[in-house]
Amino acid sequence: MSNTSLRSSRRGTTEAPWIRWTLTALALVFMALFLVLPLAAVFTEALRKGVDAYWEALKEPDAWAAIRLTLITAAVAVPMNLVFGVAAAWAIAKFEFRGKSFLTTLIDLPFSVSPVVAGLIYVLVFGAQGWLGPWLAQHDIKIVFAVPGIILATVFVTFPFIARELIPLMQAQGTDEEQAAIVLGATGWQTFWHVTLPNIKWGLVYGVILCNARAMGEFGAVSVVSGHIRGQTNTMPLHVEVLYNEYQSVAAFAVASLLALLAVLTLAIKSVVEWRFERDRQAAAELPPERPAVPEPVARPAAA
Amino acid sequence: MSASVTALPLPAAGAGARRASARVLPGFNLTLGFAVLYLSLIVLIPLSALVLKTLTLTWPQFWDAVTSPRVMASYRLTFGASLIAALVNVVAGLLVAWVLVRYPFPGKKFVDALVDLPFALPTAVAGISLTALLAGNGWVGQFFEPYGIQLAFNPNGVVIALIFIGLPFVVRTVQPVLEDTEKELEEAATCLGATRWQTFRHVIFPSIAPALLTGFAMAFARAVGEYGSVIFIAGNMPMVSEITPLIIIGKLEQYDYAGATAVASVMLVISFILLLVINGLQGWQRKRSAGAMA
Repeated sequence: MSNTSLRSSRRGTTEAPWIRWTLTALALVFMALFLVLPLAAVFTEALRKGVDAYWEALKEPDAWAAIRLTLITAAVAVPMNLVFGVAAAWAIAKFEFRGKSFLTTLIDLPFSVSPVVAGLIYVLVFGAQGWLGPWLAQHDIKIVFAVPGIILATVFVTFPFIARELIPLMQAQGTDEEQAAIVLGATGWQTFWHVTLPNIKWGLVYGVILCNARAMGEFGAVSVVSGHIRGQTNTMPLHVEVLYNEYQSVAAFAVASLLALLAVLTLAIKSVVEWRFERDRQAAAELPPERPAVPEPVARPAAA
Repeated sequence: MSASVTALPLPAAGAGARRASARVLPGFNLTLGFAVLYLSLIVLIPLSALVLKTLTLTWPQFWDAVTSPRVMASYRLTFGASLIAALVNVVAGLLVAWVLVRYPFPGKKFVDALVDLPFALPTAVAGISLTALLAGNGWVGQFFEPYGIQLAFNPNGVVIALIFIGLPFVVRTVQPVLEDTEKELEEAATCLGATRWQTFRHVIFPSIAPALLTGFAMAFARAVGEYGSVIFIAGNMPMVSEITPLIIIGKLEQYDYAGATAVASVMLVISFILLLVINGLQGWQRKRSAGAMA
């Protein structure tokens, strides 16, 4: 298409320049007010009393304990949901079975449950008055108001992240490549490792970083099961709340600024992953036609 | 993908043939078994604990807990503020998605990435930050204070926090649909003499309406359950600015497990309904886009 025809075809499908500029300006002002300003405020408030006060707040032992607990929680919860996500996506995307769409809906369920309700259900199962409460007390096992409860609540709220990223991706890729590998004599594990995994790696990374961001930042669910014991069962978001309610504004925002940095880092990695994924897909689309690397999802029922 | 949505009542012969050919791949029993077991342990059994606990309450107990004046006031605030926030998000989200898809401007990649900030920023951080901004002496609040408008520590703050939380849902559901709309249709409309506004109203809007509605429902559902960002800014005055999730926490702190469970079960039922509505809307949207392609 030549340059002039492109320009003339565009004239019919876009607006007058002043409308374009007004709409763009409105959108950017809205984004600045609602997204940039809150992010900037976190760092400004954290540094309100200078860099020294900021470092002092972060060096505090309780802050360290909170950072450590948050890292432990994410380090357990994310791999658990990763294994589940891969297993669920393999079963759902590569096989046909009854109740598949129902199972997919159930996987999404934790997203629609309020975090507070998510915390409450674990109190009802493991709490002193809950189902397993008396048995746990007898054997001196603490789950609620202790670290295991925090991890369980975090696993619940981050449950769907990786699975829902992988299911559509693996469905779109179909089963042809895996079937070819099996027919050529590969074991199931080899097939997964050498055929499936390279195809889903970007989706996997994408799901993991989103899952991790939520796991480290979860507040409502964790707040219900934590018991708020300073230095023991306070994660970073809970520690922010404690400091804030004690009017230690600078300290609260200092810890919050670490979480905000995590959010910025998450968004940056996410953008890079999207870019790489798009590049890989385009490279695959440009391959010669005898090696169709990205089978259309529409073709699947015919092949099966 | 559209095949799997209606896959439940498969004809017997087709299902058998499909299963036989799919079973070339190994690991079905292992992965499905593990997925179902894990789902049951983490999600289904704990959720059923809530249902069973609710069933042990007598009817008057349950009814008193979920309809006391303080709880009713919290429903009004939670659902009212969520509705307003979701409506604002529909307008703002459409605007942002439109600008991101249609108009070139410098720094677009950055702005596009920024849309997901509310997903990535922990809710407690958003809560204290918005509070600092909107309080009477904050960067934004100070401009409203002289006119007697309070943005924080009342329902206004709740709405603003919920707008922040819900924005990406609308943008991210509308954006891909806008990218896929066919320019040919718009050109045809222009050729037939439609003004730009008529083209938008009669050609573009109908094709993005299902996505807008889905985004609205998702933003609304998220707002109803939201806790972290709201409690800092709400002021949490009983009957005035106390959201329903906070009622549950309050009851728990007073060891009123029965009351907390009753209110939580109401919220859970509403979440289920919203989940079904969203699933239905997404199915409708897929059907619409599939029909458009054919």
